[in-house]
Amino acid sequence: MTALLETQNLSKAFGEFRALDGVRIAIAPGELVCVIGPNGAGKTTLVNLLTGLMQPTAGDVLFNGKSIAGLGPVRLAEEGLARSFQLIQIFPQLTVQETIATALVSAQKKRWRLFSSVNADREMNLRVREIAEIFRLGHRLDITAHTLAQGEKKLLDVASAFALGPQVILLDEPTSGVSTAEKRAVMDILIAAGRQAGVKGIVLVEHDMDLVATYASRIIALTGGRVLADLPAAEFFNEPNLIAAVVGKRRGH
Amino acid sequence: MKARQAIAAAVIGIVVFALLPLLVPAYYATLMIPFFGYAIALLGFNLLFGYTGLLSFGHAMFLAAGAYGAAVIAGVFGIRSFEAVLLAVVVFAMVLAVPIGFLCVRNIGIFFGMLTLAFGMLFYSFLFKFYHLTGGDSGMRVPRMNLLGLEFAQYNKIELLAGPFYYYCLALLIVAALLMWRIVHSPFGLHLRAIRDNARKAEYVGVHVHRFRLAAFVLSAGFGAVGGAILGFRIGLADPEIVYWTHSGQLVFMTVLGGFSNFFGPIIGAFAFTLLQDQLQSLTQYWRFILGGILAVIVIGFPTGIAGMVDALWRPLWRSKT
Repeated sequence: MTALLETQNLSKAFGEFRALDGVRIAIAPGELVCVIGPNGAGKTTLVNLLTGLMQPTAGDVLFNGKSIAGLGPVRLAEEGLARSFQLIQIFPQLTVQETIATALVSAQKKRWRLFSSVNADREMNLRVREIAEIFRLGHRLDITAHTLAQGEKKLLDVASAFALGPQVILLDEPTSGVSTAEKRAVMDILIAAGRQAGVKGIVLVEHDMDLVATYASRIIALTGGRVLADLPAAEFFNEPNLIAAVVGKRRGH
Repeated sequence: MKARQAIAAAVIGIVVFALLPLLVPAYYATLMIPFFGYAIALLGFNLLFGYTGLLSFGHAMFLAAGAYGAAVIAGVFGIRSFEAVLLAVVVFAMVLAVPIGFLCVRNIGIFFGMLTLAFGMLFYSFLFKFYHLTGGDSGMRVPRMNLLGLEFAQYNKIELLAGPFYYYCLALLIVAALLMWRIVHSPFGLHLRAIRDNARKAEYVGVHVHRFRLAAFVLSAGFGAVGGAILGFRIGLADPEIVYWTHSGQLVFMTVLGGFSNFFGPIIGAFAFTLLQDQLQSLTQYWRFILGGILAVIVIGFPTGIAGMVDALWRPLWRSKT
């Protein structure tokens, strides 16, 4: 099966420091791949390269067989690759409705309509409502984003990425900044939403090994900018040495 | 703001302004001409500032494009149709805004502000120094123009301004406001607001950040030119002071005074400023001092401007009614 998203010898250096060094990974349709590793392992650099935020120093990123290295976020969104950020990114003054509509305007290529009304677009508003319902925000449509609870902001952040109708979505620590009690609820919603929205592949960067164990179908462990292990989740958790290398002995499973 | 509230506010405003020339001395009617000019220009300015989050300190250059454009087209070329002049200066200002905007919108915050300021002053120097083209510090004459093909020869200048031209400008303001209302509530306007709130996130939901900032800049220039042409028509002159940076600052002042987070804020700001300036100037030579004090009070105490204050006072009443 051809990979949805793959990297070839992907490297990124910041001056002398090699954040990523010859990383080769591939994500196939239907997978939920977790990228794990200690701080400074290169997880966020990998996501930033995968989503076109940075140019790789060497190597390439292929999406559906096409090079997307350094393509930039707008083009990537059009190609079908969306992401959410580790730190919650919302539009503070926009309502939930408007935030989701912003992504739908892009996805439906209505952005250059200067004189038609967003509110009068019934088809779009139905879709906004559908997406909001999936993310349990259906009753909050008219609420301004900055007044939402922290967990809701996170859901809204991801909801707007899902609204683009992406094939692949990268979630950079989607539960960071969310209280421990809310974490599982948020993850459950995200995974269910992914299925409902027809997302083919999810890349999840996550620290919380309990969440990784619950949701990942495959695990890619990074250390020092290199791939330490790339295994199905079940096999990974049978390797105590690997777990120790990634999360430290203290938290061994 | 809900559409119903906006319609109610707009209807009241239109009725009041339609009756005004019948109720007040001609002096006050002619005083409303710069108000109309500024209100139209500020509708555009606020598309850039309030809706896209870009604060320009050089926006007066587009008012200058309108005033000087009118002087050239009506005065030099002898085309006396004000509609043709408006059309031409709008196109001219928007074309001028493309390269300037292209260079400016890649920067945000203070850098955008400084670059627009620099272009404004460049434009000022050009108008000031190229005497044979622009008349230098004495400016260029803006002749009387025909409105809708009518010459109004029997009217003197004051009568023209207080009568036909007043209603002409009121109509222009209504059209400009309707146009802007559609723009800010369109998918395009939604993307502009997304850019204002969080440009990084906006890119990741497929918003063309640079292109849209440029588009807002160019559109705002068109509105500015209409405002400038009206100002030029009123005083019969386009002089370089119109593009001086203090005039750009005045546009910022009016918008903040009225409230940049409200659709009607710029219009209210233009009105309040025009009246304030007129009254204070006749009271004291220290009127700038008082205006400065008012600006400080607004920014510190009422950051949502007059529109925000009115909205806060009205909201409880409105809610109890519905």
